[in-house]
Amino acid sequence: MTALLTTSPPPAASRDLAHLSDESLLSLVAGSDDQALAELYDRFGRVAYGLALRILRDETLAQDAVQEAFLAVWRSADRFLAERAKANTWILTLVHRRAVDLVRREDRRRGEPLESAGEPAAAETVEEEATLGFERRVVLEALAQLSPEQREALELGYYGGLTQSELAERLGLPLGTIKSRMFAGLSRLRELLAEAGLESSYP
Amino acid sequence: MGADPHSLVAPYALHALDDEECRAFEQHLAVCERCREELAGLKEAAASLAYGAAGPAPPPELRERILTQARSERANVASLPQRRRSWTAPLAAAAAVAAAVAIGLGVWTATRPASTNAFTSVLAQAGSRVITMGDEGALAVAPDGKAAIALRLPKAPTGKTYEAWVIRDDGIKPAGLFGGGGDASVVELTRRVPRGSVIGVTVEKAGGARQPTQRPFVASGETT
Repeated sequence: MTALLTTSPPPAASRDLAHLSDESLLSLVAGSDDQALAELYDRFGRVAYGLALRILRDETLAQDAVQEAFLAVWRSADRFLAERAKANTWILTLVHRRAVDLVRREDRRRGEPLESAGEPAAAETVEEEATLGFERRVVLEALAQLSPEQREALELGYYGGLTQSELAERLGLPLGTIKSRMFAGLSRLRELLAEAGLESSYP
Repeated sequence: MGADPHSLVAPYALHALDDEECRAFEQHLAVCERCREELAGLKEAAASLAYGAAGPAPPPELRERILTQARSERANVASLPQRRRSWTAPLAAAAAVAAAVAIGLGVWTATRPASTNAFTSVLAQAGSRVITMGDEGALAVAPDGKAAIALRLPKAPTGKTYEAWVIRDDGIKPAGLFGGGGDASVVELTRRVPRGSVIGVTVEKAGGARQPTQRPFVASGETT
């Protein structure tokens, strides 16, 4: 192995990784290739930061969450190799996990009005509209097609960082209702995304 | 936990369980195939919600901070004595390194005279996966089953050839001949590779065989 590493020198600065799939990049990251990590950051850093900022509503904390998540990618990419998931699912799940952990630790959202935890995902300026990625447009359109109850459960849970029990308490509903709204909402979202061509089933 | 553990798949996918519920559900997950299947799909839907939360671009320093920290961690790992690592490192990590080296090999091969080869063109497809083959090789498979292998092998003996095989429960099928030698062999397989296959390589008489005449001396992990 050592001999192989020294005799096959991928010229460090001149490799173009832009044509590799996300999954291939993760395989390279598993072998401690920092250029591959940089390429993954360039692909997902912005959506990761947008997500962390939405959940944490604090720039410093959002940066911490993104940094921790990408370092977790760096340290544990070998675990991804055994998983049947898409790379972007795996990475964004790590980002979400870190942001939710931080928001719960910071206790930032408690006592705040309900509305601010799940901002309506509409009302874009023309400029933002023009730069919207395909994924974002598809996700927002799919969210808009859910029932208001399902959408609320997903938004308060996913973007608000609330646990199911906190959500039940806030909305004054039985826990079972929250669980089934989350399940129905996510299942429907999955179908809508598949119809829109965003999701191929996981490889 | 009381409630039906199956009902926690969606809250789990949304990270909406508290620590205790989370631990309990993970125990259930370990023994429940149905929940694992369901979770895989719901997790994908949940993660896509991230795209709905657009915001400003992160500050440029964040990228540098992450890369600097990552490099310093690698330096720490690399400075551990090699021998110590070899028996303490988990198998998965070793396999990952082998895969990365093989990809590096394939990518590197592609950067020399021509700009692409069969291995990198498979890797370029969305959803393509890399599976290790022995210590010094890898198999790349695209979702449509198109596949290539990158291996470092000495030149096949005179009158002999290497032959790749797609090995499945229902039979073994030939998938291409190659000669080895040079820095690395990149071979596009002549046959699509379905899920649940293993790719093996044998040495055969020049011209190849219809079925392998020996056990493969190198084989990939099973494709997923």
